[in-house]
Amino acid sequence: MNEMSGKTKTKEQQGKTYTVALKKNNRRFFFFKKKEKQLNRSMAGNTIMFVIMAICGVFMALPLVMILNNAFKPLDELFRFPPQIFVRNPSVDNFGDLYVLMSTSWVPFTRYLLNTLIITGFGTVGHVLCASLAAYPLAKHKFPGKKILFQMVVLSLMFSYSVTSIPNYMIISWLGINNTYLAVILPAFAYGLGLYLMKQFMEQLPDSLIESARLDGAGEFRIFFGIVMPNVKPAWLTLAIFQFQSMWANTGSGFLRSEQLKPLQYSLYQIVGGGPARQGAGAVVQLIIAAIPITFFIICQSNIIETMTTSGMKD
Amino acid sequence: MQTKTKWQYLKQDIKDSRMSYVMLAPYFILFFIFTVLPVAASVVISFTDFNMLEAPNFVGWKNYIKLMLDDDVFKKALKNTLVFAVITGPLSYIMCFLFAWVINEFKGKLRAFLTLIFYAPSIAGNAFMVWSIIISGDRYGYLNGILMKWGFIYEPIQWMQTEKYVLPMLIVVQLWLSLGTGFLTFIAGLQTVDKSLFEAGAMDGIKNRWQELWYITLPSMKPQLMFGAVMQITQSFAVADISINLAGNPSVNYSGATIVTHLMDYGSGTRYEMGYACAIATILFALMVGTNQIIQRVLRRVGE
Repeated sequence: MNEMSGKTKTKEQQGKTYTVALKKNNRRFFFFKKKEKQLNRSMAGNTIMFVIMAICGVFMALPLVMILNNAFKPLDELFRFPPQIFVRNPSVDNFGDLYVLMSTSWVPFTRYLLNTLIITGFGTVGHVLCASLAAYPLAKHKFPGKKILFQMVVLSLMFSYSVTSIPNYMIISWLGINNTYLAVILPAFAYGLGLYLMKQFMEQLPDSLIESARLDGAGEFRIFFGIVMPNVKPAWLTLAIFQFQSMWANTGSGFLRSEQLKPLQYSLYQIVGGGPARQGAGAVVQLIIAAIPITFFIICQSNIIETMTTSGMKD
Repeated sequence: MQTKTKWQYLKQDIKDSRMSYVMLAPYFILFFIFTVLPVAASVVISFTDFNMLEAPNFVGWKNYIKLMLDDDVFKKALKNTLVFAVITGPLSYIMCFLFAWVINEFKGKLRAFLTLIFYAPSIAGNAFMVWSIIISGDRYGYLNGILMKWGFIYEPIQWMQTEKYVLPMLIVVQLWLSLGTGFLTFIAGLQTVDKSLFEAGAMDGIKNRWQELWYITLPSMKPQLMFGAVMQITQSFAVADISINLAGNPSVNYSGATIVTHLMDYGSGTRYEMGYACAIATILFALMVGTNQIIQRVLRRVGE
């Protein structure tokens, strides 16, 4: 017995060292995937790709790096000639300035933040729920009018929201929800993107999964929340990212006229518009505005990758 | 007799699927109120002289005729919008795909990090406001500062007040912002490509990454390609925010005007010429949907 297990162990170990060696041999370029076998890839090609990506990456990242650095620059560094990208003597004065500036304005900074959180939170959750709920019958049920409804949503993806801004304003006034959170949140529930994404994803779910639940006597809502939604987690997490982003960037302009209802984006414009002395505080607001959705994205993205690899969803 | 039974079948079908309609209801009621109704209303209002105060009168094609013949700013806006559509549309689409494709070659943490860097500009709220510091017209602007330090220029250039620089600058910023929904969709789509296809392809004589891309990768992710195209085109037709915030509205000699900024000028600005604004919106709608339909046709041929 003992001998046997010893033998198998060594065999396993041998196998392990063998694959490690294999991987090492196939490592063509330091940063690239250590695939068992890299098909159709050349060292030269990889290097060129890497250089191009590095250059483009710098172009993409530079403005964001500036946002981060500007927030910590003391005022004299913000107005240095020639301008420097990186901060020399980081200070948190700007954060203090912002605090002072905000506590003197009659709508406190936290109120702007709260407004943005309410709009973004309800807008995202509501859209994901409404769109998924409607996508499920479109993907898995048969009923009259199915095709035309979906076609209309696809068509709505093809034009931007700005096309309908004027009649939208009239409709929102007519509904009496002008100058309330609802004016921004309710239209967001019915954006076309979510329904389209969720339907495409739900169609890939095997029918047998739903059929067997139905045979067990589960109602449609039960199937939706218990089986469909957990299985398409990557889809609705992706959708949550998209929706969070668009709600976060929503300035509510035109609809939210009361100062107490205005979102954070709006206060940024106000502060930056206040002249050069406000540059420091403006840089901090910009950092806050950029940092929160990026954090949200990082959290969601790690979840997406996790679920994509573990779910093994294939028909 | 036959039609009657058909109707009865339909009635029965509708009755049987009431559960489906219940689930559809919340979304589609809102969809009709906030998307279908506005589009219809926009088309109707475009044939009137509605101004929010007086009762609208039907004026026929007058708004469209004025738009086409008398409005010089609209001509400029239309031209700029088409420049955006022709340059940033395809360019951003190709960028989205190429970056997603190359990022897909990396692994693990580095992959996630690169995705973040490229996606961050479009997710980070109005991060493009930082460009107003970069291209600021005084010597403290980064671009002016660097160019002056290296001796390319001696006087700071007023980027956003000089007509010839406005559009190119806006295009650069728009490209920086454009790796959004399409990009993330491509990243996800590339992961779903069946890996065994690559091995099979290698047996069939595919020699390099470009052939692999054209014959295997692209055809396997057609749905994402179509979707990404719609997103990028719609986005480049609707450029307005960056123009208004960086170049101002109206911009110098309307050099940064687009159809959407023109629309805002008439609709939500000081003029309140709703009928006219709706005519602009209807033309934009037709442009967007028309272009998207054409592109969909073209993309169906990828990999053939």
